[in-house]
Amino acid sequence: MRLEYFQLIDRVLDLNLADRTIRSEATVPTQSTIFEGHFPGRPLMPGVLLIETMAQTCGWLLLATMGFTRMAFLASVREAKFRTFVTPGQVLTISARLDHEGSGFAVASAKIKADNKLICDAGLTFRVVDFPNAEMHQQMCATAVQIGLSTEALTDG
Amino acid sequence: MSSTFDTIANIIAETCDIPRETIKPESHAIDDLGIDSLDFLDIAFAIDKAFGIKLPLEQWTQEVNDGKATTEQYFVLKNLSARIDELVAAKGA
Repeated sequence: MRLEYFQLIDRVLDLNLADRTIRSEATVPTQSTIFEGHFPGRPLMPGVLLIETMAQTCGWLLLATMGFTRMAFLASVREAKFRTFVTPGQVLTISARLDHEGSGFAVASAKIKADNKLICDAGLTFRVVDFPNAEMHQQMCATAVQIGLSTEALTDG
Repeated sequence: MSSTFDTIANIIAETCDIPRETIKPESHAIDDLGIDSLDFLDIAFAIDKAFGIKLPLEQWTQEVNDGKATTEQYFVLKNLSARIDELVAAKGA
């Protein structure tokens, strides 16, 4: 995780386009300015960043499903539950499932576990639109490769 | 078995917390009921699930933006009901 750059997914563990599921992994950094304020003397991963972590995992699943032809933007979050604290250094496993692919939107659900214990879960809705520009498209494709969402992974399904 | 309109009206009432009795076949989802685009995503999701279809929202939006259609054609609920019936019939054809 590079919190300051909002790059919250370290790598994709597996992707199944047939089942429309994905699993990713992310390690909470041991040091971050965020922990200086959240909270002094008791560093905790903010819940909003856990939502973003789930959203990014869903986003990668959506992009892969669409063959990186369109972009997904988070539109709403439903029934997010934070069941336990997340602290620096913890390794998180994020699972997501695409529940519905509508016209210009998609609905997904996601959860995060650490040490096989459920940390949080939520339902997320995304707007699906054309990439705003070529630069963003290129950057998303490059990041996908960095986190292991390779062309081979896409075709393997 | 409830009508297409009744199903839509119930979905809107539940999704947007709008009193069911105020939702009429002549109601315009946007202009009369004040449903915004984000809420309409939830409604579209519920409609897609309820009828087993995929509302072509992007196509409709494009047609409105291009001046080829009016919002009334798609977002007045009796017209929306008719569009849904067409989509359901096309699915079963």
